[in-house]
Amino acid sequence: MDFLLVQFLTGLANASALFLIASGLTVIFGVTRVVNFAHGSFYMLGAYLAWTIVRALWDWGGREPWLFVLGLLLAALAVGAIGALVEILLLRRIYRAPELFQLLATFGAVLIVQDITLALWGPEDLPLPRPRWLRAFIEVAGERFPLYDLILIFVGPVVLGLLWLLFQRTRFGILVRAATQDREMVAALGVDQRALFTGVFFLGSALAGLGGAIVLPSQNANLQMDLAIIAEAFVVVVVGGMGSVPGAFLASLLIAEVQAFGIVLVPKATLVLVFLVMAAVLMVRPYGLLGRPQAHARAPTGSVAPVIRAAPFVLKVVGASALALAAAAPLYAGPYGLTVLIELVVFVLFAASLHLLMGPGGVVSFGHAAYFGLGAYGAALGVRFLAVPMEVGLVLAPLLAGLFGVVFGWFVVRLSGVYLAMLTLAFAQIVWAAAFQWVELTGGDNGILGVWPSPWARDKALFLWLALALCIGATVLLRRAIYAPFGYGLRAARDSELRAEAVGLNAAQLRLVAFVIAAASAGIAGGVYAYAKGSVFPTYISIPKSVDALLMVLLGGVQTVSGPIVGAVAFHGLFLTLLQWVEWWRAALGLAIVALVLAFPEGVAGFVQRRWEARFGAAS
Amino acid sequence: MAKTTRRLFLTAAGTLAAPGLVRAQGTQPIRIGEINSYTTLPAFTIPYRNGWQLRVEQINAAGGLLGRPLEVIWRDDAGRPQDAVRLAGELLDSERVDLIAGTFFSHIGLAVSDFALQRRRLFVAAEPLTDALVWEKGNRYTFRLRPSTYMQAAMLVEEAAKLPARRWVTVAPNYEYGQSAVKWFKQLLSARRPDVEFVAEQWPALGRIDAGATVTALAQARPDAIYNVTFGADLTNFVRQGNTRGLFERRTVVSLLTGEPEYLDPLGDETPEGWIVTGYPWDQVNTPEHTAFRDAYRRRFNDYPRLGSVVGYDTITAIAEAIKRAGALETERLVEAMRGLPFTSPFGRCVFRAIDHQSTLGAFVGKTALRGGRGTMVEWRYADGANYLPPDDEVRRMRPQTT
Amino acid sequence: MSSHAPILEARGLVKRFGGVIAVDHVSLVVHAGEMLALIGPNGAGKSTCFNLLNGQLRPDAGEILLEGRSLAGLPPRAIWRLGVGRTFQITATFASMTVRENVQVALLSHHRRVWRFWRAARETFVAEADGLIAQVGMREQADRPCGVLAYGDLKRVELAIALANDPKLLLMDEPTAGMAPAERLGLMELTRHLVRERGVACLFTEHDMDVVFGHADRILVMNRGRLIAEGNAAAVRANPAVREVYLGSGATSGGH
Repeated sequence: MDFLLVQFLTGLANASALFLIASGLTVIFGVTRVVNFAHGSFYMLGAYLAWTIVRALWDWGGREPWLFVLGLLLAALAVGAIGALVEILLLRRIYRAPELFQLLATFGAVLIVQDITLALWGPEDLPLPRPRWLRAFIEVAGERFPLYDLILIFVGPVVLGLLWLLFQRTRFGILVRAATQDREMVAALGVDQRALFTGVFFLGSALAGLGGAIVLPSQNANLQMDLAIIAEAFVVVVVGGMGSVPGAFLASLLIAEVQAFGIVLVPKATLVLVFLVMAAVLMVRPYGLLGRPQAHARAPTGSVAPVIRAAPFVLKVVGASALALAAAAPLYAGPYGLTVLIELVVFVLFAASLHLLMGPGGVVSFGHAAYFGLGAYGAALGVRFLAVPMEVGLVLAPLLAGLFGVVFGWFVVRLSGVYLAMLTLAFAQIVWAAAFQWVELTGGDNGILGVWPSPWARDKALFLWLALALCIGATVLLRRAIYAPFGYGLRAARDSELRAEAVGLNAAQLRLVAFVIAAASAGIAGGVYAYAKGSVFPTYISIPKSVDALLMVLLGGVQTVSGPIVGAVAFHGLFLTLLQWVEWWRAALGLAIVALVLAFPEGVAGFVQRRWEARFGAAS
Repeated sequence: MAKTTRRLFLTAAGTLAAPGLVRAQGTQPIRIGEINSYTTLPAFTIPYRNGWQLRVEQINAAGGLLGRPLEVIWRDDAGRPQDAVRLAGELLDSERVDLIAGTFFSHIGLAVSDFALQRRRLFVAAEPLTDALVWEKGNRYTFRLRPSTYMQAAMLVEEAAKLPARRWVTVAPNYEYGQSAVKWFKQLLSARRPDVEFVAEQWPALGRIDAGATVTALAQARPDAIYNVTFGADLTNFVRQGNTRGLFERRTVVSLLTGEPEYLDPLGDETPEGWIVTGYPWDQVNTPEHTAFRDAYRRRFNDYPRLGSVVGYDTITAIAEAIKRAGALETERLVEAMRGLPFTSPFGRCVFRAIDHQSTLGAFVGKTALRGGRGTMVEWRYADGANYLPPDDEVRRMRPQTT
Repeated sequence: MSSHAPILEARGLVKRFGGVIAVDHVSLVVHAGEMLALIGPNGAGKSTCFNLLNGQLRPDAGEILLEGRSLAGLPPRAIWRLGVGRTFQITATFASMTVRENVQVALLSHHRRVWRFWRAARETFVAEADGLIAQVGMREQADRPCGVLAYGDLKRVELAIALANDPKLLLMDEPTAGMAPAERLGLMELTRHLVRERGVACLFTEHDMDVVFGHADRILVMNRGRLIAEGNAAAVRANPAVREVYLGSGATSGGH
């Protein structure tokens, strides 16, 4: 019993930091609808700034508790200011872009912050020295319990109370609540949205910064903090209900306690437990514990999507020329050039498959790497356990991916918006955890080696042609499907589910089929990739891989059928070049993404299409 | 040109400046392609890079190899095996490097190793610890420098077996490295001490330990001793919670790698005393080889060496010795030269075993202590890697013998 | 008027929300070629009644028959398959598609051609779509996206979509809401013309009394969930219960 009590209290202490981060994220989302990937970066900055500020204060006035508290608050305010600055300089310029496009910009910010932090604070973990009073403990039921953790337990509720006062008693708070419920209405009432959004970003970022600062006595400031926390923060926000601060509070308690007791009951399930909880909650309560359906649940890609037209003749010529140029590559490119080309071809299909969901389907998946990875593992498991040749492996790839697409899709298409996106993320994390931890089957993080092509395809040129045939072939089929009646039905379900059902269309079924097609296509891409690389690893399923796919689609432009192709080539090309030649490639990539976002708020292909139509009129 | 660009950034970062000079002499340099997780794990890979860079400069200052200067073309793998494999291809095909070296993560090491087998080119794995690299997945073209998970676990078992402790708990990050480290420790210790029992285990996710809960859960099992495999940020969290909650009092802790400055330094004044660890007491090893290395390193970088620095340094040393021994750069001759190759590390004489391509580089085994607010190692000894490898017939059974 | 067999027949419909009875034993019949208006003050239960008929809501009691076939428990998409076309109070069209494509989608669904993955959709049922578009007077705008159309035009597009399955019954929820007065009459004239010509039964709700009295063949009046009057325009106008509801409460809707 004593043990259970101490474990419970430990869970409560962990919940506080989690709540601070999640409450900031949920407030930002509620008002601005920005899915802020950079929130983890603000958390990390909070820890680093607190490390610097607290130590400076201690050097000046001795290691006093009040200076410690002052340092934490100053760090939080500084992070708040940084958040407001990011909003003013970056996000403010792209609110009119399709929803989720801001995600791209915040991801660029993540990369930039990573390198800035490395440059300013250096590579090593930075521990805050703990004076005696930070090491103190009390006896709880005969067990030692850190005094600092006891104080943390109260920080969560106190912040919740302060936020409640803020939202009930101040004009700013009332506006925040109103905007969370109905943003258009608040705008119509003549409220200065710019100031409101900046204020919200200040508040949310300061909360994240405080979250990073208060964990400093128990953990180092380190460069992995940002990505370690962000997925968990999103889980809490979604489980609580997006935009709901009390929901975030409840969810942070739930998640922290699940972890505290989970490691006792199932010590090996640490990776997957929170995502299982999230998946379960979303299946029972599609809007989280305390969330409400969004007042105007817009299609996630914007209310008025442009018409998808048949490709103009010029585009067909460009496409055919590019294909011919790629097929002729063995004549002019070296082996490395062919390797890169094969990767580009694979990612074109990967992005195109996600685009089918995101564009015509209106289904935003944050976990598309799951199907890419399942394809790769389908091929690799075939090689490992059945010793099948490549030809069979490339059939197993889409089969396995498609099969999981059916199972996961069945749950996913019943949700909408960000909740849907987060359920796809949860499923992807479950698949990733299986690949990572089910060592007997998958080889764990050491992966499966020796997935090499059949002898006839070992020649780079032949493999390139194989990849072109499979990946570009599948991409062309996906394009045809978008222009075919199925694609129109899918878009109909996206544009207006009410109308679609009223003309006899089964929206959920259309989305499910799209989901399975997208999964199987990503599976083909994954299978080809596995044979191109010769090995398969859980990194193929990891969150960054899913983010890559999102970036490619968004960068190219969700609303153009050529968008994913342009986006895949642009993004992967950019990444390859910078990784190879620039030491600070993350900052460079981040800046490039931000620049592209600001220059082309409808994506690169979308931009080209608009300029083309402005000059030559719409092709019909 | 491309390399110039890379160097431009390097110079700006203040980390590399000199090797550009060798190009001016007009001799075609010998080129080593090096891949590592520079942005993902800068705390470990930057001292490592310093190490190999120092060695390259020394060799070139002494006239190079086979009358040619040595040049390292390096790449950041972004922590992803798929990128490492592509970059290995790029280094071989575009940069025309003569061999591949590097990598830190086990899975990246394995990916590059399999690629090297496919392409039949030499790969000298510097840091990856996984046993599979030289055993289950070993191949003709891959050699590994650093003492493996098995070797380091075996070093600790030797000490652990002497302890009176019978009830053990383990805590390890939940991936292949942590799992192997626990598996070998349990297996080897149980063989020596049939009376021990393992009463609980914790598997925190790498980089996301829930330290308070983990500490309480371990204490709940009332162990006599704890075997720890966590490192980095997880280790700091674990130590701080363990200190405050009294987990380590009246208990022995046996801890893998914790004596390496990379992991010991961040513990600062909270370094627990008396943990039995593998590591690297850089300030106390005063053999002539090590003193020379340490002095040169300090002169060059105005910093003290980490374990990674030694690994980077030795990687180049071993490659240089192999090239000298082979007298050529042709892969098959290099491979033959690497098999059974002796070389001198700052730690002493080592050899790349012909049987499994594992080097006999060892580690220091000792106890942690707190001196002047910093962690350090005491009562240490050098454990020669050659003494902590399984019998040859067992190695033959584990390693594919076709190559 | 009851010389034809009824197209739609509802018997004793009941719908409760918590303790409130929104629809209280409502029965009605619509015949082919007939325009039947359902009116009543705000909160009378018109919309609920409508949503019971179109499958959006399930009745707690009662029967709904389309040509004698029960619609109870069927989802909207199944009801469409049986020949019911709908327009919405707030227009619902496919904003990313042109007018023609909107109608084509409805036609594809009607002809069960949606699960095709190869042939371009824009080349299917072109003539049929253009015929419907011409009937609602949108020929000039056939290639414009619905996302940029004026509201009145969207209402016409909805009508064209609703006609795509060659319906037996049209359900129109406030067909002229949000339109300019001149447009309203035009749309209702068009609707009445189509209803007569195709022999469709049409049930509509409406706030605008000019529209109701000018275009309905028969009028049902609801108040507090019950039907309180039924008849042609003159009869309803003269009905004291109706006068009480509309004038007695002082709340006249729809202009005058």
